[in-house]
Amino acid sequence: MERIPILRMGNYLLVTIQVDMHDKLALTLQDDLTNRISEVNAKGVLIDISSLEIVDSFIGRTLANIASMARVLDAETVVVGMQPAVAITLVELGMSLPGIRTALNVESGMEYLRETVAAHEGSDDAIGDSREV
Amino acid sequence: MMLSGTVEKSEIVPIANSSDVVIVRQRVRALATELKFSLVDQTKIVTAASELGRNTLEHGGGGSLELALVVNGVRRGIRLRFSDQGPGIPDIAQALKDGFTTGSGMGLGLGGSKRLVNEFEINTRPGDGTVVIAIRWK
Amino acid sequence: MSKLLGEIQKNHDSLLQDWLKRLKSTVQRHDLITDQELEAQASEIVALIADVPGGTTLDDFTGEGWQPLKAMLANISVSRATAGFTPSETAIFILSLKPSLFAIARQQRSNNADELFSEVLAINEFVDKLALHTTDSYIHGRDQIIRRQQEEMLELSTPVVTLWDGIVALPLIGTLDSARTQVVMESLLQAIVQTNSRFAIIDITGVSTVDTLVAQHLLKTITAARLMGAECIISGIRPQIAQTIVHLGINLQDVITKSRLADAFRLALERSGRKVVRIDKPNDGNAANSRGV
Repeated sequence: MERIPILRMGNYLLVTIQVDMHDKLALTLQDDLTNRISEVNAKGVLIDISSLEIVDSFIGRTLANIASMARVLDAETVVVGMQPAVAITLVELGMSLPGIRTALNVESGMEYLRETVAAHEGSDDAIGDSREV
Repeated sequence: MMLSGTVEKSEIVPIANSSDVVIVRQRVRALATELKFSLVDQTKIVTAASELGRNTLEHGGGGSLELALVVNGVRRGIRLRFSDQGPGIPDIAQALKDGFTTGSGMGLGLGGSKRLVNEFEINTRPGDGTVVIAIRWK
Repeated sequence: MSKLLGEIQKNHDSLLQDWLKRLKSTVQRHDLITDQELEAQASEIVALIADVPGGTTLDDFTGEGWQPLKAMLANISVSRATAGFTPSETAIFILSLKPSLFAIARQQRSNNADELFSEVLAINEFVDKLALHTTDSYIHGRDQIIRRQQEEMLELSTPVVTLWDGIVALPLIGTLDSARTQVVMESLLQAIVQTNSRFAIIDITGVSTVDTLVAQHLLKTITAARLMGAECIISGIRPQIAQTIVHLGINLQDVITKSRLADAFRLALERSGRKVVRIDKPNDGNAANSRGV
Protein backbone atom coordinates (compact mmCIF):
# COMPACT_ATOMS: atom_id res chain seq x y z
CA MET A 1 0.00 0.00 0.00
CA GLU A 2 1.35 3.43 -0.79
CA ARG A 3 2.36 5.58 2.11
CA ILE A 4 3.73 9.05 2.48
CA PRO A 5 7.30 8.83 3.81
CA ILE A 6 8.06 10.40 7.18
CA LEU A 7 11.62 11.58 7.70
CA ARG A 8 13.22 11.96 11.09
CA MET A 9 15.66 14.72 11.96
CA GLY A 10 16.62 14.33 15.59
CA ASN A 11 13.59 15.39 17.62
CA TYR A 12 11.63 16.41 14.57
CA LEU A 13 9.58 14.64 11.95
CA LEU A 14 9.37 15.92 8.38
CA VAL A 15 6.61 15.07 5.95
CA THR A 16 6.50 16.29 2.35
CA ILE A 17 3.15 15.81 0.66
CA GLN A 18 3.68 15.71 -3.07
CA VAL A 19 0.91 13.56 -4.40
CA ASP A 20 -2.73 14.27 -4.96
CA MET A 21 -3.91 12.38 -1.88
CA HIS A 22 -7.06 10.36 -1.85
CA ASP A 23 -8.90 10.23 1.43
CA LYS A 24 -7.56 6.84 2.54
CA LEU A 25 -3.99 7.98 2.00
CA ALA A 26 -4.64 11.04 4.13
CA LEU A 27 -6.05 8.92 6.95
CA THR A 28 -3.07 6.56 6.71
CA LEU A 29 -0.75 9.54 7.03
CA GLN A 30 -2.64 10.65 10.13
CA ASP A 31 -2.17 7.22 11.69
CA ASP A 32 1.46 6.83 10.66
CA LEU A 33 2.39 10.25 12.00
CA THR A 34 0.75 9.81 15.38
CA ASN A 35 2.42 6.42 15.77
CA ARG A 36 5.80 7.78 14.78
CA ILE A 37 5.55 10.80 17.08
CA SER A 38 4.91 8.45 19.92
CA GLU A 39 7.62 5.95 18.89
CA VAL A 40 10.47 8.43 18.73
CA ASN A 41 9.09 10.93 21.24
CA ALA A 42 9.21 13.64 18.62
CA LYS A 43 8.88 17.23 19.78
CA GLY A 44 8.01 18.79 16.46
CA VAL A 45 6.33 17.92 13.18
CA LEU A 46 6.84 19.86 9.95
CA ILE A 47 4.42 19.23 7.09
CA ASP A 48 5.51 20.62 3.74
CA ILE A 49 2.56 21.25 1.43
CA SER A 50 4.36 23.44 -1.10
CA SER A 51 3.63 20.92 -3.84
CA LEU A 52 -0.05 20.59 -3.07
CA GLU A 53 -2.14 22.36 -5.67
CA ILE A 54 -5.44 21.42 -4.09
CA VAL A 55 -6.34 21.49 -0.42
CA ASP A 56 -10.00 20.75 0.13
CA SER A 57 -11.96 20.55 3.36
CA PHE A 58 -10.99 16.92 3.97
CA ILE A 59 -7.27 17.60 3.68
CA GLY A 60 -7.77 20.72 5.79
CA ARG A 61 -9.48 18.75 8.53
CA THR A 62 -6.79 16.07 8.31
CA LEU A 63 -4.08 18.67 8.87
CA ALA A 64 -6.04 20.08 11.80
CA ASN A 65 -6.44 16.59 13.27
CA ILE A 66 -2.76 15.88 12.94
CA ALA A 67 -1.93 19.11 14.75
CA SER A 68 -4.36 18.35 17.58
CA MET A 69 -3.18 14.78 18.03
CA ALA A 70 0.44 15.87 17.96
CA ARG A 71 -0.26 18.46 20.61
CA VAL A 72 -1.77 15.83 22.89
CA LEU A 73 1.45 13.87 22.39
CA ASP A 74 3.42 16.99 23.34
CA ALA A 75 4.65 17.81 19.87
CA GLU A 76 4.31 21.09 17.94
CA THR A 77 3.13 21.02 14.35
CA VAL A 78 3.82 23.55 11.63
CA VAL A 79 2.44 23.46 8.08
CA VAL A 80 4.64 25.19 5.52
CA GLY A 81 4.55 26.37 1.95
CA MET A 82 0.85 26.80 1.22
CA GLN A 83 0.47 28.13 -2.33
CA PRO A 84 -1.35 31.47 -2.78
CA ALA A 85 -4.10 29.99 -4.97
CA VAL A 86 -4.70 27.32 -2.33
CA ALA A 87 -4.84 29.88 0.47
CA ILE A 88 -7.33 32.03 -1.45
CA THR A 89 -9.53 29.02 -2.15
CA LEU A 90 -9.46 27.76 1.43
CA VAL A 91 -10.53 31.17 2.69
CA GLU A 92 -13.37 31.24 0.18
CA LEU A 93 -14.40 27.77 1.34
CA GLY A 94 -14.62 29.15 4.84
CA MET A 95 -11.69 27.28 6.35
CA SER A 96 -9.19 29.36 8.28
CA LEU A 97 -7.55 26.46 10.15
CA PRO A 98 -7.13 28.47 13.36
CA GLY A 99 -5.42 25.72 15.37
CA ILE A 100 -2.57 25.25 12.93
CA ARG A 101 0.73 27.09 12.89
CA THR A 102 1.96 27.96 9.42
CA ALA A 103 5.23 29.17 7.95
CA LEU A 104 6.39 30.27 4.52
CA ASN A 105 8.88 27.48 3.93
CA VAL A 106 10.82 24.64 5.50
CA GLU A 107 13.53 26.98 6.80
CA SER A 108 11.22 29.28 8.74
CA GLY A 109 9.14 26.30 9.79
CA MET A 110 12.16 24.62 11.38
CA GLU A 111 13.18 27.90 13.00
CA TYR A 112 9.74 28.14 14.58
CA LEU A 113 9.87 24.55 15.79
CA ARG A 114 13.31 24.96 17.35
CA GLU A 115 12.28 28.12 19.17
CA THR A 116 9.03 26.62 20.40
CA VAL A 117 10.59 23.36 21.52
CA ALA A 118 13.36 25.24 23.33
CA ALA A 119 10.78 27.41 25.09
CA HIS A 120 8.84 24.33 26.20
CA GLU A 121 11.93 22.69 27.52
CA GLY A 122 12.69 25.81 29.45
CA SER A 123 9.31 25.79 31.18
CA ASP A 124 9.43 22.04 31.75
CA ASP A 125 12.69 22.49 33.60
CA ALA A 126 11.12 25.23 35.71
CA ILE A 127 8.31 22.92 36.75
CA GLY A 128 10.87 20.26 37.57
CA ASP A 129 12.82 22.71 39.71
CA SER A 130 9.90 23.87 41.72
CA ARG A 131 9.08 20.33 42.61
CA GLU A 132 12.47 19.61 44.01
CA VAL A 133 11.90 21.31 47.28
CA MET B 1 -34.72 26.24 -13.43
CA MET B 2 -32.24 25.37 -16.16
CA LEU B 3 -28.78 26.74 -15.90
CA SER B 4 -27.63 28.65 -18.94
CA GLY B 5 -25.43 27.29 -21.72
CA THR B 6 -25.22 24.66 -24.44
CA VAL B 7 -22.95 21.69 -24.02
CA GLU B 8 -20.05 21.55 -26.40
CA LYS B 9 -18.56 18.36 -25.07
CA SER B 10 -18.91 16.22 -21.98
CA GLU B 11 -17.63 13.12 -20.20
CA ILE B 12 -18.92 10.94 -17.38
CA VAL B 13 -16.76 10.09 -14.39
CA PRO B 14 -18.15 7.37 -12.15
CA ILE B 15 -17.72 7.94 -8.41
CA ALA B 16 -17.60 4.69 -6.49
CA ASN B 17 -14.62 5.01 -4.18
CA SER B 18 -12.11 7.53 -2.88
CA SER B 19 -9.67 7.07 -5.78
CA ASP B 20 -12.46 8.12 -8.09
CA VAL B 21 -12.56 11.48 -6.33
CA VAL B 22 -8.89 11.91 -7.31
CA ILE B 23 -9.85 11.15 -10.91
CA VAL B 24 -12.63 13.73 -10.67
CA ARG B 25 -10.02 16.32 -9.66
CA GLN B 26 -7.71 15.33 -12.49
CA ARG B 27 -10.40 15.44 -15.16
CA VAL B 28 -11.71 18.81 -14.01
CA ARG B 29 -8.21 20.21 -13.90
CA ALA B 30 -7.53 18.93 -17.42
CA LEU B 31 -10.61 20.74 -18.73
CA ALA B 32 -9.81 23.91 -16.81
CA THR B 33 -6.30 23.90 -18.26
CA GLU B 34 -7.69 23.36 -21.74
CA LEU B 35 -9.96 26.37 -21.30
CA LYS B 36 -6.99 28.36 -20.02
CA PHE B 37 -8.55 29.32 -16.70
CA SER B 38 -6.30 31.39 -14.42
CA LEU B 39 -4.49 29.44 -11.72
CA VAL B 40 -6.74 30.73 -8.95
CA ASP B 41 -9.91 29.96 -10.91
CA GLN B 42 -8.57 26.49 -11.74
CA THR B 43 -7.90 25.83 -8.08
CA LYS B 44 -11.39 26.99 -7.16
CA ILE B 45 -13.26 24.81 -9.62
CA VAL B 46 -11.13 21.73 -8.91
CA THR B 47 -11.57 22.19 -5.17
CA ALA B 48 -15.33 22.62 -5.58
CA ALA B 49 -15.38 19.42 -7.64
CA SER B 50 -13.44 17.63 -4.92
CA GLU B 51 -15.91 18.77 -2.24
CA LEU B 52 -18.99 17.88 -4.25
CA GLY B 53 -17.46 14.62 -5.44
CA ARG B 54 -16.77 13.56 -1.90
CA ASN B 55 -20.34 14.40 -0.90
CA THR B 56 -21.61 12.22 -3.71
CA LEU B 57 -19.48 9.37 -2.40
CA GLU B 58 -19.92 9.72 1.34
CA HIS B 59 -23.40 11.14 1.66
CA GLY B 60 -24.91 9.83 -1.54
CA GLY B 61 -23.39 6.36 -1.45
CA GLY B 62 -21.70 6.82 -4.80
CA GLY B 63 -22.85 8.22 -8.12
CA SER B 64 -21.30 10.03 -11.03
CA LEU B 65 -20.08 13.33 -12.39
CA GLU B 66 -21.02 14.68 -15.78
CA LEU B 67 -18.22 17.09 -16.64
CA ALA B 68 -19.10 19.43 -19.50
CA LEU B 69 -17.72 22.33 -21.47
CA VAL B 70 -20.60 24.76 -21.83
CA VAL B 71 -21.00 27.74 -24.10
CA ASN B 72 -23.30 30.72 -23.69
CA GLY B 73 -22.91 33.12 -26.57
CA VAL B 74 -19.21 33.77 -26.53
CA ARG B 75 -18.68 32.81 -22.89
CA ARG B 76 -17.18 29.41 -22.17
CA GLY B 77 -17.33 27.59 -18.88
CA ILE B 78 -17.13 24.32 -17.00
CA ARG B 79 -20.29 22.65 -15.78
CA LEU B 80 -20.22 20.00 -13.07
CA ARG B 81 -23.25 17.82 -12.61
CA PHE B 82 -22.98 15.44 -9.65
CA SER B 83 -25.78 12.91 -9.18
CA ASP B 84 -26.44 10.11 -6.75
CA GLN B 85 -29.29 7.89 -5.65
CA GLY B 86 -28.68 8.45 -1.96
CA PRO B 87 -30.91 9.62 0.87
CA GLY B 88 -31.18 13.21 -0.41
CA ILE B 89 -30.77 16.37 1.64
CA PRO B 90 -33.72 17.16 3.90
CA ASP B 91 -33.00 20.82 4.55
CA ILE B 92 -31.15 22.54 1.73
CA ALA B 93 -31.18 25.95 3.38
CA GLN B 94 -29.49 24.49 6.42
CA ALA B 95 -26.98 22.53 4.34
CA LEU B 96 -26.01 25.68 2.49
CA LYS B 97 -25.48 27.50 5.74
CA ASP B 98 -23.21 24.80 7.14
CA GLY B 99 -19.72 26.09 7.39
CA PHE B 100 -16.66 24.19 8.36
CA THR B 101 -15.23 23.94 11.79
CA THR B 102 -11.73 22.62 11.90
CA GLY B 103 -11.38 19.23 13.42
CA SER B 104 -14.93 18.03 13.72
CA GLY B 105 -16.78 19.81 10.94
CA MET B 106 -19.82 17.87 9.91
CA GLY B 107 -21.00 20.30 7.29
CA LEU B 108 -21.37 19.05 3.75
CA GLY B 109 -19.49 22.10 2.66
CA LEU B 110 -22.16 23.02 0.14
CA GLY B 111 -22.11 26.65 1.17
CA GLY B 112 -18.36 26.78 0.62
CA SER B 113 -18.52 25.08 -2.77
CA LYS B 114 -21.24 27.48 -3.80
CA ARG B 115 -18.91 30.39 -3.15
CA LEU B 116 -16.27 28.88 -5.41
CA VAL B 117 -18.47 28.86 -8.51
CA ASN B 118 -20.66 31.29 -10.44
CA GLU B 119 -23.88 29.27 -10.76
CA PHE B 120 -25.10 26.65 -8.34
CA GLU B 121 -28.24 24.54 -8.16
CA ILE B 122 -29.34 21.61 -6.01
CA ASN B 123 -32.20 19.28 -6.82
CA THR B 124 -32.91 16.82 -4.07
CA ARG B 125 -35.70 15.03 -2.27
CA PRO B 126 -35.38 12.88 0.83
CA GLY B 127 -35.17 9.30 -0.37
CA ASP B 128 -34.87 10.35 -3.97
CA GLY B 129 -31.22 11.12 -4.49
CA THR B 130 -29.46 14.40 -5.17
CA VAL B 131 -28.29 16.32 -8.21
CA VAL B 132 -25.89 19.23 -7.76
CA ILE B 133 -25.04 21.45 -10.71
CA ALA B 134 -22.24 23.99 -10.55
CA ILE B 135 -20.87 26.22 -13.32
CA ARG B 136 -17.71 28.30 -13.39
CA TRP B 137 -17.42 30.69 -16.32
CA LYS B 138 -14.15 31.83 -17.74
CA MET C 1 -34.44 23.73 -45.89
CA SER C 2 -31.83 21.17 -46.73
CA LYS C 3 -32.89 21.68 -50.32
CA LEU C 4 -31.80 25.28 -50.05
CA LEU C 5 -28.47 24.31 -48.54
CA GLY C 6 -27.97 21.85 -51.37
CA GLU C 7 -28.68 24.59 -53.88
CA ILE C 8 -26.21 26.89 -52.16
CA GLN C 9 -23.60 24.18 -52.36
CA LYS C 10 -24.20 23.63 -56.05
CA ASN C 11 -24.19 27.34 -56.88
CA HIS C 12 -21.47 28.35 -54.51
CA ASP C 13 -19.26 30.06 -57.11
CA SER C 14 -22.00 32.15 -58.65
CA LEU C 15 -23.26 33.02 -55.16
CA LEU C 16 -19.83 34.37 -54.26
CA GLN C 17 -19.53 36.34 -57.49
CA ASP C 18 -22.97 37.82 -57.04
CA TRP C 19 -22.18 38.86 -53.47
CA LEU C 20 -18.87 40.44 -54.43
CA LYS C 21 -20.60 42.38 -57.19
CA ARG C 22 -23.15 43.74 -54.72
CA LEU C 23 -20.41 44.55 -52.21
CA LYS C 24 -18.58 46.65 -54.77
CA SER C 25 -21.64 48.76 -55.28
CA THR C 26 -21.98 49.57 -51.57
CA VAL C 27 -19.84 51.87 -49.47
CA GLN C 28 -16.41 50.35 -49.21
CA ARG C 29 -13.74 51.13 -46.67
CA HIS C 30 -10.72 51.04 -48.93
CA ASP C 31 -8.82 52.76 -46.17
CA LEU C 32 -9.35 49.82 -43.84
CA ILE C 33 -9.42 46.78 -46.07
CA THR C 34 -8.06 45.91 -49.49
CA ASP C 35 -10.20 44.40 -52.23
CA GLN C 36 -8.29 41.12 -52.00
CA GLU C 37 -8.84 40.87 -48.24
CA LEU C 38 -12.53 41.59 -48.70
CA GLU C 39 -12.79 38.93 -51.38
CA ALA C 40 -10.93 36.46 -49.19
CA GLN C 41 -13.30 37.06 -46.27
CA ALA C 42 -16.40 36.73 -48.43
CA SER C 43 -15.04 33.64 -50.12
CA GLU C 44 -14.32 31.91 -46.83
CA ILE C 45 -17.76 32.66 -45.50
CA VAL C 46 -19.45 31.23 -48.56
CA ALA C 47 -17.17 28.20 -48.46
CA LEU C 48 -17.99 27.52 -44.82
CA ILE C 49 -21.71 27.77 -45.53
CA ALA C 50 -21.43 25.50 -48.54
CA ASP C 51 -19.22 22.95 -46.80
CA VAL C 52 -21.33 22.16 -43.79
CA PRO C 53 -21.62 18.45 -43.01
CA GLY C 54 -24.79 16.65 -44.01
CA GLY C 55 -27.60 16.89 -41.51
CA THR C 56 -26.91 20.52 -40.70
CA THR C 57 -29.93 22.74 -41.16
CA LEU C 58 -30.30 26.48 -41.68
CA ASP C 59 -32.68 26.91 -38.77
CA ASP C 60 -30.51 25.28 -36.13
CA PHE C 61 -27.59 27.66 -35.71
CA THR C 62 -26.51 25.99 -32.47
CA GLY C 63 -25.68 22.76 -34.27
CA GLU C 64 -22.11 21.47 -34.38
CA GLY C 65 -21.92 21.85 -38.14
CA TRP C 66 -21.99 25.63 -37.85
CA GLN C 67 -19.10 25.83 -35.37
CA PRO C 68 -16.38 26.50 -37.99
CA LEU C 69 -18.46 29.30 -39.51
CA LYS C 70 -19.10 30.81 -36.08
CA ALA C 71 -15.42 30.66 -35.22
CA MET C 72 -14.54 32.32 -38.50
CA LEU C 73 -17.12 35.06 -38.00
CA ALA C 74 -15.74 35.72 -34.52
CA ASN C 75 -12.26 36.07 -36.03
CA ILE C 76 -13.43 38.44 -38.73
CA SER C 77 -15.26 40.51 -36.16
CA VAL C 78 -12.15 40.86 -34.02
CA SER C 79 -9.77 41.56 -36.90
CA ARG C 80 -12.13 44.12 -38.41
CA ALA C 81 -12.54 45.79 -35.03
CA THR C 82 -8.79 46.02 -34.72
CA ALA C 83 -8.63 47.50 -38.22
CA GLY C 84 -11.10 50.18 -37.18
CA PHE C 85 -14.45 48.99 -38.47
CA THR C 86 -17.50 49.77 -36.37
CA PRO C 87 -19.55 46.73 -35.35
CA SER C 88 -22.37 48.00 -37.60
CA GLU C 89 -20.07 48.05 -40.60
CA THR C 90 -19.13 44.44 -40.00
CA ALA C 91 -22.77 43.48 -39.46
CA ILE C 92 -23.79 45.25 -42.68
CA PHE C 93 -21.09 43.35 -44.52
CA ILE C 94 -22.65 40.08 -43.36
CA LEU C 95 -26.22 41.24 -43.95
CA SER C 96 -25.35 42.14 -47.52
CA LEU C 97 -25.25 38.40 -48.22
CA LYS C 98 -29.06 38.32 -48.07
CA PRO C 99 -29.94 39.59 -51.56
CA SER C 100 -27.59 37.06 -53.15
CA LEU C 101 -29.18 34.20 -51.21
CA PHE C 102 -32.68 35.48 -51.99
CA ALA C 103 -31.71 35.45 -55.66
CA ILE C 104 -30.84 31.75 -55.48
CA ALA C 105 -34.14 30.98 -53.75
CA ARG C 106 -36.11 32.88 -56.38
CA GLN C 107 -34.24 31.09 -59.14
CA GLN C 108 -35.31 27.70 -57.78
CA ARG C 109 -38.79 28.51 -56.57
CA SER C 110 -40.18 31.05 -58.98
CA ASN C 111 -43.29 28.91 -59.47
CA ASN C 112 -44.28 28.49 -55.87
CA ALA C 113 -44.92 31.71 -53.96
CA ASP C 114 -45.54 29.97 -50.63
CA GLU C 115 -42.34 27.92 -50.74
CA LEU C 116 -40.40 30.96 -51.92
CA PHE C 117 -41.78 32.97 -49.03
CA SER C 118 -40.77 30.42 -46.39
CA GLU C 119 -37.32 30.03 -47.89
CA VAL C 120 -36.83 33.79 -47.91
CA LEU C 121 -37.89 33.86 -44.26
CA ALA C 122 -35.43 31.11 -43.39
CA ILE C 123 -32.59 32.89 -45.20
CA ASN C 124 -33.52 36.13 -43.49
CA GLU C 125 -33.36 34.59 -40.02
CA PHE C 126 -30.18 32.74 -40.78
CA VAL C 127 -28.24 35.74 -42.05
CA ASP C 128 -29.55 37.84 -39.15
CA LYS C 129 -28.06 35.27 -36.77
CA LEU C 130 -24.72 35.46 -38.55
CA ALA C 131 -24.69 39.23 -38.27
CA LEU C 132 -25.69 39.16 -34.60
CA HIS C 133 -22.95 36.66 -33.92
CA THR C 134 -20.37 39.10 -35.26
CA THR C 135 -21.80 41.81 -33.01
CA ASP C 136 -21.68 39.54 -29.96
CA SER C 137 -18.08 38.64 -30.75
CA TYR C 138 -17.22 42.30 -31.07
CA ILE C 139 -18.71 43.06 -27.67
CA HIS C 140 -17.02 40.06 -26.10
CA GLY C 141 -13.70 41.13 -27.59
CA ARG C 142 -14.17 44.61 -26.19
CA ASP C 143 -15.08 43.25 -22.78
CA GLN C 144 -11.90 41.22 -22.70
CA ILE C 145 -9.80 44.25 -23.61
CA ILE C 146 -11.49 46.32 -20.94
CA ARG C 147 -11.00 43.59 -18.39
CA ARG C 148 -7.34 43.25 -19.26
CA GLN C 149 -6.81 46.98 -19.05
CA GLN C 150 -8.60 47.07 -15.73
CA GLU C 151 -6.34 44.35 -14.43
CA GLU C 152 -3.28 46.19 -15.62
CA MET C 153 -4.51 49.37 -14.00
CA LEU C 154 -5.20 47.50 -10.81
CA GLU C 155 -1.76 45.96 -10.82
CA LEU C 156 -0.19 49.34 -11.43
CA SER C 157 -2.21 50.93 -8.70
CA THR C 158 -1.43 48.26 -6.16
CA PRO C 159 2.33 47.97 -6.21
CA VAL C 160 3.77 45.87 -3.44
CA VAL C 161 6.84 47.50 -1.93
CA THR C 162 9.61 45.72 -0.08
CA LEU C 163 10.37 47.80 2.99
CA TRP C 164 13.05 45.52 4.34
CA ASP C 165 14.09 41.88 4.18
CA GLY C 166 10.98 39.92 4.85
CA ILE C 167 8.70 42.94 5.21
CA VAL C 168 6.46 44.12 2.38
CA ALA C 169 3.96 46.94 2.25
CA LEU C 170 0.89 47.40 0.11
CA PRO C 171 -0.46 50.97 -0.02
CA LEU C 172 -4.07 50.77 -1.13
CA ILE C 173 -5.65 53.69 -2.91
CA GLY C 174 -9.23 54.21 -3.96
CA THR C 175 -12.17 51.87 -3.61
CA LEU C 176 -12.01 48.21 -2.73
CA ASP C 177 -14.68 46.31 -4.59
CA SER C 178 -14.93 42.59 -5.12
CA ALA C 179 -12.99 42.47 -8.37
CA ARG C 180 -10.27 44.75 -7.09
CA THR C 181 -9.84 42.74 -3.90
CA GLN C 182 -9.20 39.61 -5.94
CA VAL C 183 -6.37 41.25 -7.82
CA VAL C 184 -5.01 42.89 -4.69
CA MET C 185 -5.09 39.63 -2.76
CA GLU C 186 -3.35 37.76 -5.52
CA SER C 187 -0.56 40.27 -6.02
CA LEU C 188 0.08 40.60 -2.30
CA LEU C 189 0.22 36.84 -1.76
CA GLN C 190 2.46 36.39 -4.80
CA ALA C 191 4.78 39.07 -3.49
CA ILE C 192 4.90 37.39 -0.08
CA VAL C 193 6.03 34.15 -1.66
CA GLN C 194 8.51 35.76 -4.02
CA THR C 195 10.17 37.95 -1.39
CA ASN C 196 9.88 35.38 1.38
CA SER C 197 8.23 37.95 3.62
CA ARG C 198 6.86 37.11 7.03
CA PHE C 199 5.21 40.49 7.39
CA ALA C 200 2.86 42.39 5.11
CA ILE C 201 1.70 45.88 5.95
CA ILE C 202 -1.55 46.89 4.27
CA ASP C 203 -1.88 50.64 4.41
CA ILE C 204 -5.40 51.93 3.89
CA THR C 205 -4.74 55.66 4.20
CA GLY C 206 -5.89 56.06 0.61
CA VAL C 207 -8.98 53.90 0.85
CA SER C 208 -12.00 56.17 0.58
CA THR C 209 -14.64 54.15 2.37
CA VAL C 210 -14.54 51.16 4.63
CA ASP C 211 -17.84 49.36 4.96
CA THR C 212 -18.66 45.81 5.98
CA LEU C 213 -17.85 44.49 2.53
CA VAL C 214 -14.46 46.16 2.36
CA ALA C 215 -13.68 44.90 5.86
CA GLN C 216 -14.66 41.39 4.77
CA HIS C 217 -12.34 41.63 1.79
CA LEU C 218 -9.47 42.81 3.96
CA LEU C 219 -10.11 40.02 6.45
CA LYS C 220 -10.06 37.44 3.66
CA THR C 221 -6.69 38.73 2.51
CA ILE C 222 -5.31 38.63 6.03
CA THR C 223 -6.57 35.09 6.60
CA ALA C 224 -5.09 33.87 3.34
CA ALA C 225 -1.72 35.41 4.19
CA ARG C 226 -1.82 33.80 7.60
CA LEU C 227 -2.50 30.41 6.04
CA MET C 228 0.66 30.88 4.05
CA GLY C 229 2.68 31.78 7.11
CA ALA C 230 2.77 35.56 6.89
CA GLU C 231 1.37 38.11 9.33
CA CYS C 232 -0.57 41.17 8.15
CA ILE C 233 -0.63 44.53 9.86
CA ILE C 234 -3.18 47.13 8.84
CA SER C 235 -2.05 50.72 9.02
CA GLY C 236 -3.37 54.11 7.99
CA ILE C 237 -6.62 53.91 9.88
CA ARG C 238 -8.09 57.38 9.89
CA PRO C 239 -10.27 58.45 12.83
CA GLN C 240 -13.44 58.32 10.70
CA ILE C 241 -12.62 54.79 9.62
CA ALA C 242 -12.07 53.77 13.23
CA GLN C 243 -15.53 55.14 14.05
CA THR C 244 -17.13 53.35 11.09
CA ILE C 245 -15.51 50.09 12.10
CA VAL C 246 -16.87 50.31 15.63
CA HIS C 247 -20.33 51.45 14.50
CA LEU C 248 -20.62 48.62 12.02
CA GLY C 249 -19.54 46.17 14.68
CA ILE C 250 -16.74 44.82 12.51
CA ASN C 251 -14.63 42.41 14.48
CA LEU C 252 -10.96 43.13 14.06
CA GLN C 253 -9.94 41.25 17.16
CA ASP C 254 -7.26 39.06 15.69
CA VAL C 255 -5.92 41.77 13.46
CA ILE C 256 -3.05 44.07 14.37
CA THR C 257 -3.84 47.64 13.47
CA LYS C 258 -1.71 50.77 13.62
CA SER C 259 -2.67 54.27 12.70
CA ARG C 260 0.64 55.07 11.01
CA LEU C 261 2.65 53.07 8.50
CA ALA C 262 5.78 53.95 10.44
CA ASP C 263 4.43 52.28 13.57
CA ALA C 264 3.48 49.21 11.58
CA PHE C 265 6.98 49.10 10.15
CA ARG C 266 8.57 49.41 13.57
CA LEU C 267 6.40 46.57 14.85
CA ALA C 268 7.31 44.35 11.94
CA LEU C 269 10.99 45.07 12.49
CA GLU C 270 10.68 44.21 16.19
CA ARG C 271 8.80 41.03 15.49
CA SER C 272 11.51 39.96 13.09
CA GLY C 273 14.15 40.56 15.69
CA ARG C 274 15.50 43.89 14.51
CA LYS C 275 15.62 47.42 15.78
CA VAL C 276 16.72 50.78 14.41
CA VAL C 277 19.57 52.46 16.28
CA ARG C 278 20.96 55.91 15.89
CA ILE C 279 24.71 55.83 15.35
CA ASP C 280 26.50 58.65 17.13
CA LYS C 281 29.08 60.45 15.05
CA PRO C 282 32.56 60.58 16.71
CA ASN C 283 32.77 63.84 18.70
CA ASP C 284 35.40 66.15 17.14
CA GLY C 285 34.59 69.01 19.50
CA ASN C 286 32.44 70.89 17.00
CA ALA C 287 29.36 72.39 18.66
CA ALA C 288 27.23 72.00 15.55
CA ASN C 289 27.72 68.24 15.56
CA SER C 290 26.59 67.78 19.10
CA ARG C 291 23.20 69.29 18.33
CA GLY C 292 21.97 65.88 17.44
CA VAL C 293 19.17 65.02 15.07
